[in-house]
Amino acid sequence: MQALYAQLLVGLINGSFYALLSLGLAVIFGMLNIINFAHGALYMMGAFVAYFLLNLGGINYWWALLLAPIIVGIFGMILERTMLQWLTGLDHLYGLLLTFGIALIVQGVFQNYFGSSGLPYAIPDQLRGGMNLGFMFLPIYRGWVVVFSLAVCLATWFLIEKTQLGAYLRAATENPTLVRAFGINVPRMITLTYGLGVGLAALAGVLSAPINQVRPLMGADLIIVVFAVVVIGGMGSIMGSIITGFALGVIEGLTKYFYPEASNTVVFVLMVLVLLVKPTGLTGRAA
Amino acid sequence: MTTLTDDTLPVTPRAMRDEMIVFVVMALLLAAVPFTGVYPFFVMQALCFALLACAFNLLVGYGGLLSFGHAMFLGTAGYCSAHALKVWALPPELGILVGVAAAFVLSIVTGYISIRRQGIYFSMITLALSQLLYFIYLQAPFTHGEDGIQGIPQGRMFGVLDLSKPTVLYYVVLVGFLAGFLLIFRIINSPFGEVLKSIRENEQRAISLGYRTDQYKFLAFVLSGTLAGFAGALKVFVAQNASLTDVHWTMSGEVVLMTLVGGLGTIFGPVVGAFVIIAMQQYLAGFGQWVTVIQGVIFVVCVLTFRRGVIGEIAHYFRRSL
Repeated sequence: MQALYAQLLVGLINGSFYALLSLGLAVIFGMLNIINFAHGALYMMGAFVAYFLLNLGGINYWWALLLAPIIVGIFGMILERTMLQWLTGLDHLYGLLLTFGIALIVQGVFQNYFGSSGLPYAIPDQLRGGMNLGFMFLPIYRGWVVVFSLAVCLATWFLIEKTQLGAYLRAATENPTLVRAFGINVPRMITLTYGLGVGLAALAGVLSAPINQVRPLMGADLIIVVFAVVVIGGMGSIMGSIITGFALGVIEGLTKYFYPEASNTVVFVLMVLVLLVKPTGLTGRAA
Repeated sequence: MTTLTDDTLPVTPRAMRDEMIVFVVMALLLAAVPFTGVYPFFVMQALCFALLACAFNLLVGYGGLLSFGHAMFLGTAGYCSAHALKVWALPPELGILVGVAAAFVLSIVTGYISIRRQGIYFSMITLALSQLLYFIYLQAPFTHGEDGIQGIPQGRMFGVLDLSKPTVLYYVVLVGFLAGFLLIFRIINSPFGEVLKSIRENEQRAISLGYRTDQYKFLAFVLSGTLAGFAGALKVFVAQNASLTDVHWTMSGEVVLMTLVGGLGTIFGPVVGAFVIIAMQQYLAGFGQWVTVIQGVIFVVCVLTFRRGVIGEIAHYFRRSL
């Protein structure tokens, strides 16, 4: 039973990363009409920025949690201003190709300097150790990742669905020309949206650094799983992305316990099943 | 929805004649390679990738469907051919047939699944499906995991052609490539190809004209996947191994890059692109991971400034379809 709970927890943690990343992809897709292939590379950058902050600047985990998403978010906004914005009006596939190229560049550069092996990042002192919950032993850091990710996801949902800014954002997704006519600076909003989505990815990177080590290719395989998550959940709803992300993480965790051989493939197999039964995805509108 | 290529020229007898002339020149140049002292292994490798890129281009350039998982056909055909040659000790022609048949079956299954979604979702689905196959091949016993299938016997094709001789192998690969290329050329210029192009330009309108666009896209997917498998089966004889790199997503990305560099939706573009990228990898092999960075830079530069690709630019300049 202990092992089952442990795998469930791992599943919830992976689910947090799926949720944070697919949420960012959905937000970016809504505004920019681009599937951000560089999302995995930017997630990796988040982890590396935390590593640099600690080892070069002596800046601890808590500050990294705030600073890394901002730094990577600014990097993302520069990418948007210098490259992505020129793709407006072109076929979707060019956005995918451009961001794929960016991902190759970022990952290649980091691989050159850091190889493919992992760099350690220590769990902050306040979150070390564990709690005995009676039925299982809970490492505090892992519990923290799940709770904090969930909070960030819900905050993002609140920002987009319940605030004035979010209303502008949703309106600009539906009809950018009309929103511009009302005097709202849509291009700036697009840039900020890309920064927000990228910041969420970087945040996931910082959270994962103490668990998975900091590796140049940590985002490369993850992004493909997240794509499958996005196909399953559809990108039409923010809450849908969050729920699908966590649910698939849990299913993956359960698979690791009951049938470990399939744990790498279960998300893809589920994607196939969903496509066969409900081609538009669980929450998605027809695309 | 904007279109991929801004100059769609009609298929006229004159355009067909121009393209045939370019084809004959290309075939003669390639046939002369063994007499020039160019390393034949390099050209054979490039020819296999050129065929793969042409097959990929059939889907993206003419059907408007960007597959990000074409490595799965290359790798699956490669593994199946390699297994047939080494373990079942089949002759080369049957080995190729086994690989192509495997890619055919795979493309029917994956096509049935992925064609259900449009645009960007289609790319993500094909990528996810190829990653699924990657993990299956990583764990399946017959692929030998990380080691791959090594030391594949080349054998005698039809009992007479000794494929272990580089020159013989070169001409067999060249004939295979030219046959595949001509088939794609024929498909593009057929009524089926015209309907495919109309779906790329405006799917709603094609539907309103009574075409069942899903069936056309599915057929294009199966043709493309099967031909990609043919390239994978040929590659087994050149490389004499079948490994996980052929199924990995980086390979799918390279195929996209080759086609993009040469020109999406051009007939000769993928061939040029494949030679450029393979040559680049050859010359820059000593630079390690910088090759990945350079490939990324080429992606970015092509998308931002050079969307027509090498052949697309030339064709645009001369107002010809090439």
